[in-house]
Amino acid sequence: MRRRIAERVSAAWWAALTRAGLSPARWQALPRLRRRAVKSVLWVAVGLVLVAAFGTWKASALAVAAVVILLVVPPYQKLMVGRFPLGKWIVPAAAIAIVISYPYYLNSMPQVPIFGPFPMLSTMVAMMIFSMMALGLNFVVGYAGLLDLGYVAFYAMGAYMAGWFASDQFSKQHLDLGAVGQTAGAIGFHFSLWLVLPMAGIATAIVGVIIGLPTLRLRGDYLAIVTLGFGEIMPQVANNGNSLFGFNLTNGPEGITPIDSPGFGGWLHQHLHLPANYVTVGNYDAVFLWTTLALVILTVFCSVRLRDSRLGRAWIAIREDEVAAAAMGIPLMRTKTWAYATGAFFGGVAGALYASYKSGAFPNDFFFQISVFILCMVILGGMGNIWGVIFGACFLSYLDREGLSNVGAWMNGHLGTHVNVPLYEFGIYGAIIVIVMLFRPEGLIPSSRRAAELHEGVHDDPLYDAETV
Amino acid sequence: MATHAHIETSVRLRRSAGAYVTPVLATALLAVLIVWLGINFVKGPAYFFTISFIGLTNGAVYALVALGYTLVYGILGLINFAHGDVFMLGGMFSATMILSAFHLSTHASTGELVAAILVSLFVAMAACGLINATIERVAYRPLRGASRLAPLITAIGMSFILEDVAIAWKGPGYTAVPAVLPHGQVFSIDGVVYTWEKLIVVIITVPVLAALIWLVQRTRQGKAMRATAQDRDAAAMMGIDVNRTISFTFLIAGALAGAGGLVYALYFGQIRYDTGFQLGLIAFTAAVLGGIGNLPGAVLGALCIGFIQAYNEGLTWHAPGTNWTESIVFSILILILVFRPEGLLGERTPEGA
Repeated sequence: MRRRIAERVSAAWWAALTRAGLSPARWQALPRLRRRAVKSVLWVAVGLVLVAAFGTWKASALAVAAVVILLVVPPYQKLMVGRFPLGKWIVPAAAIAIVISYPYYLNSMPQVPIFGPFPMLSTMVAMMIFSMMALGLNFVVGYAGLLDLGYVAFYAMGAYMAGWFASDQFSKQHLDLGAVGQTAGAIGFHFSLWLVLPMAGIATAIVGVIIGLPTLRLRGDYLAIVTLGFGEIMPQVANNGNSLFGFNLTNGPEGITPIDSPGFGGWLHQHLHLPANYVTVGNYDAVFLWTTLALVILTVFCSVRLRDSRLGRAWIAIREDEVAAAAMGIPLMRTKTWAYATGAFFGGVAGALYASYKSGAFPNDFFFQISVFILCMVILGGMGNIWGVIFGACFLSYLDREGLSNVGAWMNGHLGTHVNVPLYEFGIYGAIIVIVMLFRPEGLIPSSRRAAELHEGVHDDPLYDAETV
Repeated sequence: MATHAHIETSVRLRRSAGAYVTPVLATALLAVLIVWLGINFVKGPAYFFTISFIGLTNGAVYALVALGYTLVYGILGLINFAHGDVFMLGGMFSATMILSAFHLSTHASTGELVAAILVSLFVAMAACGLINATIERVAYRPLRGASRLAPLITAIGMSFILEDVAIAWKGPGYTAVPAVLPHGQVFSIDGVVYTWEKLIVVIITVPVLAALIWLVQRTRQGKAMRATAQDRDAAAMMGIDVNRTISFTFLIAGALAGAGGLVYALYFGQIRYDTGFQLGLIAFTAAVLGGIGNLPGAVLGALCIGFIQAYNEGLTWHAPGTNWTESIVFSILILILVFRPEGLLGERTPEGA
């Protein structure tokens, strides 16, 4: 149905254009640059119409300029300086520069029509952390093609690792390993957060392997259900964990709070001017933003390198055809378990970092909706594509934090409706999932390989073509 | 699966180890369960039976929902995530009918009650059947040639959309349904109490189940459904309109969910937008426990889960309690899927499903 609609729309367009004297053949015969220019002029026209419709010229001019630059500028991505592929680094470097300098120019940014002000710093931190989680889930869903509906379990595990090893939770213990801002002899484990993050990642990866080993033999949809089951059990254990045979593991519904914040300690502060303790540094959110950005860059680096490694190619082979991959000698179980463990690792690190940022781990944060929320990021952006996943994560966590309420306020103000838009958050995500899966299963920014798969459906032999009847 | 000799040996080794571990584990678990039930039974036999009746009632509700999962899975191999939410909408329709159309109160006469319940049942079944068939047409059919996971993902999306429909309709709080069913005792022998509202649940459920089994086993349409479930291509070649049969299956599954929604609204007295999601997962567990794709299995699994839930929440001696119900049910789901994916009554298929 989708293809038929698209064809009909396209045919109507070309009919109109042919009447105006432009046939498909003539259009294709134009030089590439001129086609880009024509397209960009059209886009500018669309942008101007939107500006006229929605108001403020100043802000929309920025968007229009960005579109023009993206479309008119010649293919800069192939730019080489000597042997160094400079072009490949332009977009990532620009993105990093924008995020690093964000705290400095945030206050001078104008209001955007409909969406309101630019995201606050705390929202940016959430966007970065969810990018990390979505990239972690991308290992499982995007690369290895295993549907994981219980990713929130890894997030919870990471958060509780931070709760156990960087707070007063275990009151009978006294162990301080480089934590900042603690008085001597504080109760509980107090490890430096730089130690807790890898610990959380490794512990979560181990949990991932424990979950994965018995279950990864199952077929795709059964695996999804089993992970969903784990994702449902985990918060319940956290909720009831204040008296597991008399032992208070998770402090029950109240959660573990406060959790220590990161910091570099006095020596590094003196010599390198790194913040000694994030809480006392003054611009808590900005420092956290840079920290999370560094971790996102690390995650992206690992994603790229792993994707191109032997292991990553094995994941993609399994995703495309499990039987053929096994026939080529790829050990299915081990490869899938690695995907699971890697995804879990980054989920755990992100969870621990988020718990430290929020200074608490609460069982109510870890429900099934969060798993779907993260899955929606991966699907919207484009399964298997790193930039797509980051875009999806940033956009959806922005909507979650500020976007939906801002848009809702604009809508109620201008259209005279009385809709509490954030109440319908998950229905909106559901609609996004359905629409993307039906009309553009490869996501907004697809990886070309995944797009081909999803359109041809190489997973199973198509048993019955519904379109032909 | 493996053409490589080395892989094949390792697979065979793992199988043999698994074949040894599974029965031992299962026997040990069952033994613990039976001992626990036995001690509870000895401590208070009358109370034990009363709790069992609650389990039977729970099981009847779960059976109606689990059958929908199993029907759809049998014919499409799809876990219809939105099914639980269709059930919830059925409860909402019933609540609306009882409250707004009939204005039933707790003092309704028997004739009024029977008429209202029958009409509500019909409305809920028809509406939910149509909703379910529409979901299939809109969200699953266009993806039938795509990868197996694509419709599962849209099903999750549809589930969230239906929940929001319920929020928009009834708001985020609980919709209360007055206790219209009589709560008198059917019988009371030596402290074993069986009340009318529990019996009425069974009275509504059993004819619906009987009608379903008659439909699938005896009618032409049922034969088409079974044929399509067995082999879609061959069924199409034999002149069965596969798309129509699948739509019909979704219609029936939705109607069952609607009936379940009515029973739930009447018996539990309150329903909310997320009721269906939780209950749907439990009912799906029941379907898997009985052997997914197998109709009697779904009923058996639902009764098992219903009893397990009632014993867990009701018994007094070392019962884990309400807080742990979901964990227990999902643990059962995971254990069954890992160790016996064909369920209690299913047959082992070549794909291992």
